[in-house]
Formats: sequence, C-alpha cells, structure tokens
Amino acid sequence: MSTDSVAAAAPSHAGDVLQLVDPAGTLNEQTAAGMLDVTGELVRALYRDMVLGRRFDQEAYSLQRQGELGLWLMSLGQEAAQAGSIRALRDDDRVFPSYREHVAALCRGVPPTELLSQWRGSSHGSWDPERYHFHIYSLVLATQTLHAVGYAMGVRYDAGDGVVLAYFGDGASSQGDASEALNWAAVTSAPVVFFCQNNGWAISTPASKQYAAPLAERAKGFGLDAVSVDGNDVLAVYAATQRMAERVRAGGAPGLIEAHTYRMSGHSTSDDPRRYREDAELARWKAHDPVERVRLLLTARGWADEDYFATVASDAEELAVRTRRECRALPEPSLSDTFRNTLCEETEALRREREGFETFKESFL
Amino acid sequence: MTAAATPAGKDAEGKATTTTLGRALNEGLRQAMRDEERVVLLGEDIASLGGVFRVTDGLAAEFGDRVVDTPLAESGIIGTAIGLALRGYRPVCEIQFDGFVYPAFDQIVSQLAKMRARSRGLLRLPVTIRIPVGGGIGAVEHHSESNEAYFCHTAGLRVVACGHPQDAYDMLRAAIACDDPVIFYEPKRRYWDRAEVDLGRPVDSGTLGRARVLREGSDVTVAAYGPTVAVALNAAEIAAAEGRSLEVLDLRSLSPLDATELRRSASKTGRVVVVHEAPVNVGLGAEIAATVMEHCFYDLEAPVERVGGYNVPYPPARAEGDYLPDLDRVLDAVDRVCAS
Ligand SMILES: Cc1ncc(C[n+]2csc(CCOP(=O)(O)OP(=O)(O)O)c2C)c(N)n1
Repeated sequence: MSTDSVAAAAPSHAGDVLQLVDPAGTLNEQTAAGMLDVTGELVRALYRDMVLGRRFDQEAYSLQRQGELGLWLMSLGQEAAQAGSIRALRDDDRVFPSYREHVAALCRGVPPTELLSQWRGSSHGSWDPERYHFHIYSLVLATQTLHAVGYAMGVRYDAGDGVVLAYFGDGASSQGDASEALNWAAVTSAPVVFFCQNNGWAISTPASKQYAAPLAERAKGFGLDAVSVDGNDVLAVYAATQRMAERVRAGGAPGLIEAHTYRMSGHSTSDDPRRYREDAELARWKAHDPVERVRLLLTARGWADEDYFATVASDAEELAVRTRRECRALPEPSLSDTFRNTLCEETEALRREREGFETFKESFL
Repeated sequence: MTAAATPAGKDAEGKATTTTLGRALNEGLRQAMRDEERVVLLGEDIASLGGVFRVTDGLAAEFGDRVVDTPLAESGIIGTAIGLALRGYRPVCEIQFDGFVYPAFDQIVSQLAKMRARSRGLLRLPVTIRIPVGGGIGAVEHHSESNEAYFCHTAGLRVVACGHPQDAYDMLRAAIACDDPVIFYEPKRRYWDRAEVDLGRPVDSGTLGRARVLREGSDVTVAAYGPTVAVALNAAEIAAAEGRSLEVLDLRSLSPLDATELRRSASKTGRVVVVHEAPVNVGLGAEIAATVMEHCFYDLEAPVERVGGYNVPYPPARAEGDYLPDLDRVLDAVDRVCAS
C-alpha cells in the first residue's frame, strides 16, 4: 500500500499510507477493490474540482500581487486532499475549515468573491455557514476543531445522522485545542472526522520539528480511529473519507485522517519559502502533482478526451475572469455595520458610539 | 418546550420563599431547562456532584444527558459550547473557579465574542459562562480572583454580576435567554446569603443590562457589584446612623454599563464612591469614574473615589481581610468625598 516515493518526501507518518493511484496515473485495482467504485464520471468530477480550485487560487495570488488583496494563503498542491475529502461527504454534513480550504469551499458552492472578501479586508468572514454547511474560516489555529466537536455533540442530541468534519494543519496539531478536541471527541463519541492536511510545513517549521509521534498514531492514543493517506491522490482521499464518514455516521468512534500532501507555494503571499526549503524538495513533490496523475489516469482509461480537458480549462478561465471582476466590485465594509453586529441587539452604549462616529464622519462631507 | 412545573423553592401559594443565592441559581437553571429543552449545561463535576458549589445539584437527575460532566479542559468547554450554539443549542458553561478561566481565554475573547460581528450578524452565540468570582472564603491561590476587566474590555460579550439571591435567579434566566454570549459572575462568598426570592417570576431581559438602586440616598452614591454590594449596603446602614445618606447602586451589568442610571445617581448626589474587589489599576472603577466625569462634571462636588483590591496578586488567604474592600475602607472613602 505504501509507496516509497511518497514516504521519502513526506514527513514521518504512521504505518501504511493508503494510495490508489500512483504518480504515473496507474490505478491499483487490488487496493481499490471493495473500497471504491472507480468510475470515469467520479474521476472527471474530481479532476474538474481540482483544476478549477487551482485556477482560482492562482488568480487570487495574482490579485494579491496587484494589490487587490491584502494577503492570500495559497492552496497550490493541496487540491486532492480538499476535493477528495469534501466530495466524500454529504452536502449537509457540516464542515469547520481552517483558512486554506479554498478548494473545499468552492466545491460547497461558496461564491469566489465571498472567499476573497476576508483577504481583501472587506469582512472577517463572509459567507453564511448555514447555507453551505461550511463554517467561516478560523485564523487562530485549531480553535475550530473544538467548535466541530461541540457541533457534533449537537448533532448527536438531535439524533441526526450528520457527520462533522474539521480541517486543520500539521502545525495546528501542536495546539492545546487540537489535543482537547481529539480527546473530547473520543470520550463523547461525537460524530466528527478530523482531517489533517499535513503539508509538511507550518510556515517555515517542518513537521519534523512539530511533533515526534505520527499524528495518526497520536489520534489512536486518544481512542480515535485513524488512517494515513497519500494526500495527493484524490481517489485515496475520497475513499478514506467516505469510509470514515460512513463508519462515524453509523455510530462508530470518531476518526482522524492524516493526508500527506505538500504546499507547493509559500505559506502565504508574505512568505519566502527559499529561506527554509530546498529546491530539490519542491521538485520531488512536483513529480507528485495531484492534478497531473488524475489527468494521466483519465487519458489512459479513455475516460476523457482533449475536448473534455479543453472544456475544463476554459471553465477554469471563466472562473478566473469572473473572480477578478467580482473581487474588484466587492463593496467597502462599513464601520457602522460593525457597531450593529457586535451584539444581537445594538445596546444604548454602542448606538451612542456609532452615532458619534457617523456624525463626526459626516462633518467632513 | 416542556410545561413549567412548580419551582421547588416556592411555597404552596406560589409566594416568595426564603432561599440562598446558590439555591436561587440552582432554581434559575432548573427553570430555564424546563422552559427550553435546548439549554444544556457543560462543566467539570457538575453532574453527580452538582458542581463544587452545588449550584447544579439535582439537575442531572432531572435532565439526564443535558448536564454534561466534561473532560477537564476549559478551552474545550467554551470551544464545544460555541459548536453547540452554532447547532442551535443554548449552552450554559460552568468554570469551576475564577482563576481557571484563563485556559479558555482565547475561545472566549477571540472566538465567542467575535463570531457574530465576523459573520456580519449571521450567527448567534447564546452561550452563558458562569464563573464563581472573588475572595473572602479563605481559599488557596487562583480561587479568589476578580477578572471582569479582561472580559469587559472585549466587545461582543455581555458581562454581568449578581449580588443577591433574587437577582441571581432573575439575571441567570435572562442571561440564558439572551442571544449574545454572557459572562455571568457569581459572588462565591455570597452563595450562602439568604433572602426572600420570588421563584415564579417570568424571564425579564431588563435585569441584564440595567443597574438598580438598592437604597435611596442623597449625599453619596456608592456603586458596587457582585460581592461588594452587601458591603455597600452595610456601609449605608452605618453611615445613616451617623447622619449621612448613601445611595447604593448595584451596577449588575458591567458591560455594557448602565450609564444612564449611573449618571442620574451621580448628578443627584454629586459624590461617587466605586467599590469592587478587583485591583483598581485599569479596573472597572476607572471606567465608572471616567463615565461620571465625562457626563456629570459640573454636578460633582468631589473627585470620584475608588475602593478596590490593591495592585498586587491576590494575597494568601490569611491576608485577604486587608486586601478586600471592607466597611472601614468604604466609609473612609465616603468621608473623603464628603470632605471635599
Ligand atoms: C494560535 C496561532 N498561533 C500562530 C498563528 C500564526 N500562523 C498562521 S498559519 C501558521 C502555520 C500553520 O501551519 P499548519 O497548521 O501546518 O497549517 P498550514 O498553514 O501549513 O496549512 C502560523 C504559525 C496562528 N494563526 N494562530
């Protein structure tokens, strides 16, 4: 099951790493058997998610460079981990993301501009979590893992059959909240799946300096079920998440998926990855590109032709153009709204302060 | 919603009965849980033990798994309460002692307080955080702290402190019914204070944001909250015997402050003494003094005096008598403002 190539480039990981498609696009029929019905339709859909997600990320990066966004946290290289996991859930399963889950958010239908709004400085969290069953981003690392567990406790109270998924990173796994969440989920049997995108780095700190015991092993120590997957293999991620979610949905213990992946970009647009990582490492991971191997699989199986790839590419271009146009048209936030939204009902004190601000501002008109 | 049964603390005619502040809180929780089944309690040792102060006594027996003995993890208590609230529940968290709220500080000030504004008003976080607060019970370190200023400084939270049994009952129910996060301080040395309490009252949201005059007076306003309300009342009693008329204002709501009531009283008496247990440095008294100064400057006969904890870590229990604002220190401050 494990492939040396992934293991060599990835940080330490627990036992076997599930892989269904290797970097050359070859499907391991034996491993896939009984796990996943690999159809052309499924692979095409996942391929499209990844291509669109990558193009969107690239456009956001450019927008930042042109001064349209204050900051951008790139998801380049993590498309398979995100598309594979989110598509394995039911649309009404609730997701608590960290801050880099742009591909997953797009898959849930979050409008591109609402994803950019926070980074442009137009809001602190734009979309309606109820509408997309996808919570707003959490910037304080690992806090959302506890929100996910609490939400899952509520699902249990409601006798619902929903599953809650929390994304977090290898760096975030060192936070106390992450450990509290794993432990809490285990003792309450909350229907939650923790999904760690282990992209090898927390800004400049490698995973090897982050922890000594593999994350999946740690999760088992808390009493969770845990698996390691090749996070650049969208089918492996999809299969593992689907299995885990179904098991949890049926009342099994909560689980953790550690997806070994790699951010092929810097941490954010403020980062300089050349200061801490070797070119060779990047080159090694480029050979594991999550999008490329699916393209090879689709071609080899005859599940997609040039027309199909051209259509996906032009849809991606369209998304980019739309994103750019709508980003520039994002409305300016109003401080008055912040006063109004601080509490459910604006208090006397807030109202007086807001009116003071508004009067002062109007005096300049 | 379940039909409300007769509250345990009420007598056969449904009249007010005498009970302790701790018991009034217990009845408040019970009534809130009977009225609204989405109220759930989270805390350490709150189920079979009933909490270390027994405020949740008997609730697990009545409400089963709606009373959760949590893992020993304060960030987890608040973090999961946020998740429950997002799911439509109304969690009431118990922090065992004031000094143990700090591990949850981030979840409270960065997550709970800000999520509504962050979501541009889309999300509601009806979470109540009960914290036994203050000293005077001879406790070991980290069991006697007054940390209200940290939370009052954070927008998005309501911070309240009850000072006597009837308010304990009314304010707790109002806090649980409130759609905003509420930090609810319970004065731990007053848990055993008794008073007549009407346990049949409906929820009155007005008890949450409004100060209340407990004793009318004309010479000096003594503004207090939580554990120092009783000290202020006591001072007023003694001052009256000496021919001085003190107005005692129980602030109740610390954030937002009821500035209207504060201004009214300060303008009337022209002299203000603020009494709280927390260190005076950058404490709530400074905010109160500034509010009074800003709005009542020309009505004032003397500078606002603050009586509070000294700017030292909370001392060992055997020295707390000197640290806590007591009758003498309050009356001393009253003398000072009257001398001006
Ligand atoms: C509590 C906290 N400390 C520090 C930061 C600053 N910070 C932002 S991202 C980051 C690295 C996170 O790494 P990881 O969890 O592996 O996620 P990744 O960014 O690699 O996806 C740091 C240190 C933060 N956001 N929150």
